[in-house]
Amino acid sequence: MSKASKLISYEQLRPQLRDGMSIMFGGFMGVGTPARIVQEILNAGIKDLTIIGNDTAFAHNGVGLLVANKRVRKVIASHIGTNPETGRQMIAGEIEVELVPQGTLAERIRCGGAGLGGVLTPTGVGTIIEEGKTKLTFDGVDYLVERPLRADLAILQAHRADHLGNLVYLRAARNFNPIMAMAADFVVVEVEQLCEPGEIDPDHVMTPGVLVNALVAAEEK
Amino acid sequence: MDAKNLIACRVAQELEDGNIVNLGIGLPTLIPNYLPAGVNITLQSENGFLGLGPLVGEPLPYLVNAGGTPCGMVPGTAFFDSAMSFAIIRGGHVDVTVLGGLEVDQAGNLANWMVPGKMVPGMGGAMDLVTGARKVIVAMEHATKTGGAKILKRCTLPLTAAGKVSAIVTELAFFRFIDGVLTLTEVGPGVSLDEIRAKTEAEFAISPDCCEMRLPVAAN
Repeated sequence: MSKASKLISYEQLRPQLRDGMSIMFGGFMGVGTPARIVQEILNAGIKDLTIIGNDTAFAHNGVGLLVANKRVRKVIASHIGTNPETGRQMIAGEIEVELVPQGTLAERIRCGGAGLGGVLTPTGVGTIIEEGKTKLTFDGVDYLVERPLRADLAILQAHRADHLGNLVYLRAARNFNPIMAMAADFVVVEVEQLCEPGEIDPDHVMTPGVLVNALVAAEEK
Repeated sequence: MDAKNLIACRVAQELEDGNIVNLGIGLPTLIPNYLPAGVNITLQSENGFLGLGPLVGEPLPYLVNAGGTPCGMVPGTAFFDSAMSFAIIRGGHVDVTVLGGLEVDQAGNLANWMVPGKMVPGMGGAMDLVTGARKVIVAMEHATKTGGAKILKRCTLPLTAAGKVSAIVTELAFFRFIDGVLTLTEVGPGVSLDEIRAKTEAEFAISPDCCEMRLPVAAN
């Protein structure tokens, strides 16, 4: 292992986990969500979480487990329909849900990581999404001002990483992972294959390691 | 042919060779089965790729469609992240999006993402798709299960997007928005104008060229 390795154990991840924190999670219907880190969050017993991601997956996988185990206070997502538990808790008033159009969610996260104060999007104009938001008109087109999103922690999943945290994702597991890598105070990535720096072609790196704080192994030895 | 397949078959005839198309879950996923010979389209999957295809053989890890179901990919597929996926959608790089509807109205408004107090799944990518795609086709059964109108004077449910619908295809009728006016251009096989009027609340014009629905011979 190289000296500068960002690889840590799940035990070393524990100090990053606390009640009431906000967590961005990569994944789309659980695909690209780091299953082992989610399990570690469950094991840590932390609660009152704000979770930010595309969807709450299913009740039995991905981040859906955090909802099903009542660790979540607020969800910011584009879709909760596949996890009936999220809808049930929302209607019962047990959790708060902020629904955000998927493209707007992506741009808000990107803004949060890219040092931008917000983004102008036509999505949501003329719908209930525009309530309470600033609307601007340029060249005859109405836009909503959508503000950046950031989180205390981002939990991501990658197929391959070198010890410096340069990442490669596989197929449709990429989704929200690369933009969330920019938008949290601490970024931890669950990795399937770890390699030495230089083994990933620099042109094939999808997320530069500078954005990554720590790596954990999907299958810890 | 049942209503859903009839609708999918008719929508398929609208697609042009080379189109970039995003299909919603449910009925629209039947559309590729009915593409005319010589029409090749590329399917965009909003979870992050262009080149969605049918599942062939064993599922590959991390290859799912926007419904989270294992799928296939065609040669030339490109994967990307969600910001790129929605830049493609919002930026006008998707030629056609086909999706279902709970309500559509004569102003081209679509409601298809929530029923307050009953069903709140979220909009997913629908708001961006309807806002950004060059052509928005709503493919849905003409009436509700209890026979209520879905094509209305004004939507009652929260909108997905305002004034963006290009066409509505049902088993009874094909409507296009022509110069902003909801216009009946085709009637379903064996369907009378009276039946369409009885099951449509919206006011609509009738095209002088209105004809029976154009379906491939095999579908009749």
